Amino acid sequence: MNLEYIAHLAAISGIFIILAVSLNLINGICGELSLGHAGFWAVGAYVGGAYGVFMPLPIPDFMNLFISCGLGFVGAALAGLVIGVPCLRLRGDYLAIATLGFGEIIRIIIMNMDIVGGPRGLTGIPKWTNLPLLYFIIALTVIFMANLIRGTHGRAIISIREDEIAADCMGIYTFKYKTLAFVIGAGFAGVAGALYAHYQEFISPNSFTFMWSVIILIMVILGGLGSISGSIAGAIILTVLPELLRFFGETISQWRMLIYSVLLIVLMLARPKGIFGKKEFNPLALFQKKGTNS
Amino acid sequence: MTGEEIQFFFYDLCQFLLNGIAQGSIYALIALGYTMVYGIIKLINFAHGEFYMIGAFIGYYICRYLISVDMDPALALLIGLPLAMIGSGTIAVIVEKLVYRPIRGHGRITPLITALGASLFFQYLGQGTVGAEPKAFPSLISSDGIGFFDDNIFISYVQILIMALTLLIMTFLWWLVTHTKIGKAMRATSYNRNAAELMGIDTDKVISFTFFLGASLAGATGVLVGMYYNTVEPMMGLIPGLKAFIAAVLGGIGIIPGAALGGLVLGIAENLVVGFWISTYRDAVAFAILILILLIKPAGLLGKNVKEKV
Repeated sequence: MNLEYIAHLAAISGIFIILAVSLNLINGICGELSLGHAGFWAVGAYVGGAYGVFMPLPIPDFMNLFISCGLGFVGAALAGLVIGVPCLRLRGDYLAIATLGFGEIIRIIIMNMDIVGGPRGLTGIPKWTNLPLLYFIIALTVIFMANLIRGTHGRAIISIREDEIAADCMGIYTFKYKTLAFVIGAGFAGVAGALYAHYQEFISPNSFTFMWSVIILIMVILGGLGSISGSIAGAIILTVLPELLRFFGETISQWRMLIYSVLLIVLMLARPKGIFGKKEFNPLALFQKKGTNS
Repeated sequence: MTGEEIQFFFYDLCQFLLNGIAQGSIYALIALGYTMVYGIIKLINFAHGEFYMIGAFIGYYICRYLISVDMDPALALLIGLPLAMIGSGTIAVIVEKLVYRPIRGHGRITPLITALGASLFFQYLGQGTVGAEPKAFPSLISSDGIGFFDDNIFISYVQILIMALTLLIMTFLWWLVTHTKIGKAMRATSYNRNAAELMGIDTDKVISFTFFLGASLAGATGVLVGMYYNTVEPMMGLIPGLKAFIAAVLGGIGIIPGAALGGLVLGIAENLVVGFWISTYRDAVAFAILILILLIKPAGLLGKNVKEKV
């Protein structure tokens, strides 16, 4: 296990942290089950990647990365808006299926777009993502999410999860807030996509299958639906755990995906609300006196 | 268009419709299991596609063995098909007992994730035990068929077998649900589980039976598909599972005739797209149909809209 490998794991976990935190906003905090997150991830990756390949501005790399992430955010958020407005009228399982369908449609459309390489994938994306920048963007995402939840809009979004009908009766425009949560969640998945494209330097539609939507969802649920710190923990555990199992020798390595699925089932049976539940782990609270933290 | 072009267009149309009905029958058979399980415990059983894969593999090993001891291929099919049905049905019952039963009543998301976990488990178990590479299914019945209009329209015997078996199974299922005691218990359980229990119905048994029935249908479909496409592989359940699920939603999930209708509509639509448009859009069309139906008539073609109560 060398340093390069650890850095790679850190980068991949970082990208999944953004994905998990953004899906947590839709699934955990707003309570709308979405199974199409890989689709938004793909939109962001392709928008960001295409910017890097076709028209990078002659400015420093880190500024280009921010522009790329911004474009990824806008692209994925627009996709989220287009998908969210019709779909969010549906509830529960039906919404899950519709988002699953849209996620796959996005992938198939990309596969049929020759300008971005179609099924062969998009190559030659400049490598702009590095660990400090990545973790800076993660910090921005997490701070944004934490503040969003604590503000007026966040309270409205949480009230939809707790009881949609009651929220409606209290005068909350539930459709608007559901769309807001969906669009912001999709947008941050787009940021993760742009970062991923500029990290891997190569993306293909087959890296964004339905299975990845499921894995991101599992990260969120493992950590605890509705808990941002839980999503972060879930993303790190589920990225590192399959890799760790590699070190237990050939036999275990062969069966590691099997072990992973058994762990998932056992977790659901033993602790269905996830590691953190709805609680948050706030590192700042450790330094505060008891009773003063809110 | 000249007369000849119209004639060939007609041939093409009929051919794709036929292929679509055969494909749709497959979807319908898998969709039945989805729809019955959803109707009874409101669970999207993502592992259902894997029961179909397991059935295909049981059929594959049994038929291969029987043929290797010089048994008549048709007879091998007659033995292999029921054994595959029993095998995948039994595994489904075990999965239900061990995994789904303890989390019944834990909301919606927990069972959904567990089902996804079970699905992953069987996929990787398959890859670990039999290997990921596709295996050639032994040809059990002649790959020949019947041609019409100077062989411009062609039905293979496998397609005929698939359609006939689907019809047979559907009729049997309809009889089972409407004319038997266990069918009545199934209907009661899906209507209101608590009330059914108060009336003395052993709902656990009914749920197990539903899983067995649905998975055995999926297992039978696995064998049929193995014969149709001549290959079996551990990941074969994923896409047909999703498609069958779409078919179930399309017809109205929880409604048994809906699954049949949804499967046929989906199969025909897909084949028409492959025939007359771009074949890579085949999967996209399935999902587009799904989303359209969800937006226009969320309860499905045969479903009734239920108002949400506070």
